[in-house]
Amino acid sequence: MSAVPLMSVEDLSVEFRTRHGVVRALERVGFSIARGETVGIVGESGSGKSVTAFTVLGLLPPAGRVTSGRAVFGGLDLLTASAGQLLEYRGRELSMIFQSPRTALNPIRPVGKQIADVLERHANLPRARRRDRVLELLARVQIPDPERRYHAYPFELSGGMCQRVMIALAVACSPALLIADEPTTGLDVTTQAGILDLLGDLSRTAGMATIMITHDLAVVAERCDRIVVMHAGHVVEQAPARTLFARPRHPYTARLLASTPRAGAKLADLTPIPGAVPDLRGETTPCRYRTRCERAAAVCDRPPLPREVVAPGHVVACARPL
Amino acid sequence: MALLRLAGRRLALAVPGLLGVIVVTFLLNRALPGDPAAFFAGPAATRQAIEEIRARLGLDKSVPEQFVYYVRDLARGDLGTSLTTGQPVLRDLATRLPASLELTLAGLALAVTVALPLGVLSATRPGSWVDHLARVVTTAGVSLPIFFTGLLLVYVFYFLLGWAPAPLGRLDAFSTAPRQVTGFFVVDAVLAHDGALAWAALRQLALPAVTLGLFAMAPIARMTRASMLGVLGSEFIRTARAAGLAPRTVLVTYALRNALLPVITLLGMVFSFLLGANVLVEKVFAWPGVGSYALEALIASDYAPVQGFVLLMATLYVFLNLTIDIVYGLVDPRVRIEA
Ligand SMILES: Nc1ncnc2c1ncn2[C@@H]1O[C@H](COP(=O)(O)OP(=O)(O)OP(=O)(O)O)[C@@H](O)[C@H]1O
Ligand SMILES: [Mg+2]
Repeated sequence: MSAVPLMSVEDLSVEFRTRHGVVRALERVGFSIARGETVGIVGESGSGKSVTAFTVLGLLPPAGRVTSGRAVFGGLDLLTASAGQLLEYRGRELSMIFQSPRTALNPIRPVGKQIADVLERHANLPRARRRDRVLELLARVQIPDPERRYHAYPFELSGGMCQRVMIALAVACSPALLIADEPTTGLDVTTQAGILDLLGDLSRTAGMATIMITHDLAVVAERCDRIVVMHAGHVVEQAPARTLFARPRHPYTARLLASTPRAGAKLADLTPIPGAVPDLRGETTPCRYRTRCERAAAVCDRPPLPREVVAPGHVVACARPL
Repeated sequence: MALLRLAGRRLALAVPGLLGVIVVTFLLNRALPGDPAAFFAGPAATRQAIEEIRARLGLDKSVPEQFVYYVRDLARGDLGTSLTTGQPVLRDLATRLPASLELTLAGLALAVTVALPLGVLSATRPGSWVDHLARVVTTAGVSLPIFFTGLLLVYVFYFLLGWAPAPLGRLDAFSTAPRQVTGFFVVDAVLAHDGALAWAALRQLALPAVTLGLFAMAPIARMTRASMLGVLGSEFIRTARAAGLAPRTVLVTYALRNALLPVITLLGMVFSFLLGANVLVEKVFAWPGVGSYALEALIASDYAPVQGFVLLMATLYVFLNLTIDIVYGLVDPRVRIEA
């Protein structure tokens, strides 16, 4: 890991104003990613993975508000950057791909044109070269017969194909960072593997850093250098992938591992995580896992939530780590 | 190619509808109160005179027989003769249709030019003054009866302010109609390089067109706003933003084009509403269109023009829907494929 990370998110808190009160969706979230590194963000549904990604890109819905923190990318704090600066960064320096690729593409515009739109915006290419570049990109993401697919509409392509188009669109301008938010949800298993391999391949050859967001630990196990575990808007643990799998220190991480099917494990060994993600409206406890945790004790109610560096690059947010 | 097939299929689907309209107009007119023979014979006519007129009109035959004659005449392009004008109905309609179309299209164009930007602006700035303005305009537009709006405009702009000319048709008494090319006076005057005449025609057109426009604006603005709001919240807009596309591209090329799809469908409906609303507006502004023609004929128990009018409207409606379908197919690739 180089000394200056590509992007570092520090102390990030985000709230949503809803009809039922303020939802503290993120609280003091922090992690960083180095150039070319692949970081996995895992956690149950509602843990704040997508909100983290949207915040970094400046795409929070109007109800959302950043209440503290920074997201420094190449010397620029994305959270305080002007709209104009962000426009220059998005798509060129950092891009994002989404789950449900079919609805993430414009339904009435040929997919080739949608990629060309991004090139037109960011890449200084003459019009004639732009089309060739799109065809190159389509070939690069292993879409057969790019000439024909250029004119296809999303509804004419399979989900896997759409996700490949989405990837081509996101990497069109060789961004330094790609955020993939559950890129394989809703795809069948072989297609999933294909998409993940493609992403890994692209980041290796282009030296592109990748944030892989998923609720499936098995997906990130072999593909990520480091893993950030989120729960109810907190980063509860982050560590190099190998360490995290070998020796999880946060009770939630341990539970998450135990609930994930792995090669060689028996079905009977799988245990679900008790309870549900807590309600994030109004006041919350210092540790948001407390009500679900079998190790909870009086010390857990004492604010603030500790963040302990237990080994180089291994941080645990728990008063009573394993 | 797929588009042609779509058009052909829609046209075929329209045939039973048109047949139905032929039957219904025939029956409806027979069901209307009043005896045209007695009406045209006049109050002093003898019984015998009335019977003669009845025979001349073919009204002494049985209803099925009358229908057969009716259909046979229709097939020949004979819509009958108006008892009031003494002219063939087809000719009457043909001379008056351009007036109605000019008025309707002007009203629609006006409505679209105002309502589309209003809808887009109120969707991109919900809660702003534009949004509130849009709400006031649309509420007023739907809640005021159209003849009332017309009379109100005449009262204010002709009677009080004197800005508008007297609401007495397409041209004032001192002007003569331009040589007919399109039948639209404003366009024909421009084509004839007669600026003064074009201006005179435009002044006459303004108030009735605004009346229709106000009426049509409400649904268009509302639909644009709702559709735009829906599209702006959709995932592909987020993708476009995440790719850093310029806000204008996102708004126009990505959002608006998608948001227009339901608006196109709505425009077809609004256009046919306007054709109906025309009847009243033409009456208020003494506009010599097909609507006022049919209305006068109806009051005089003159069947043929009414029948002709309804048939004309039904045909217009069919072609209008066809046009809408084709435009929709041009914009939305998914429709083209389904065809
Ligand atoms: N627009 C919004 N308005 C209100 N609350 C929101 C909004 N978007 C997200 N939240 C809240 O933020 C929290 C985190 O949501 P987020 O979508 O980031 O979860 P996630 O980890 O991505 O889950 P998933 O795996 O289901 O995608 C949730 O509690 C959710 O209720
Ligand atoms: Mg999510």
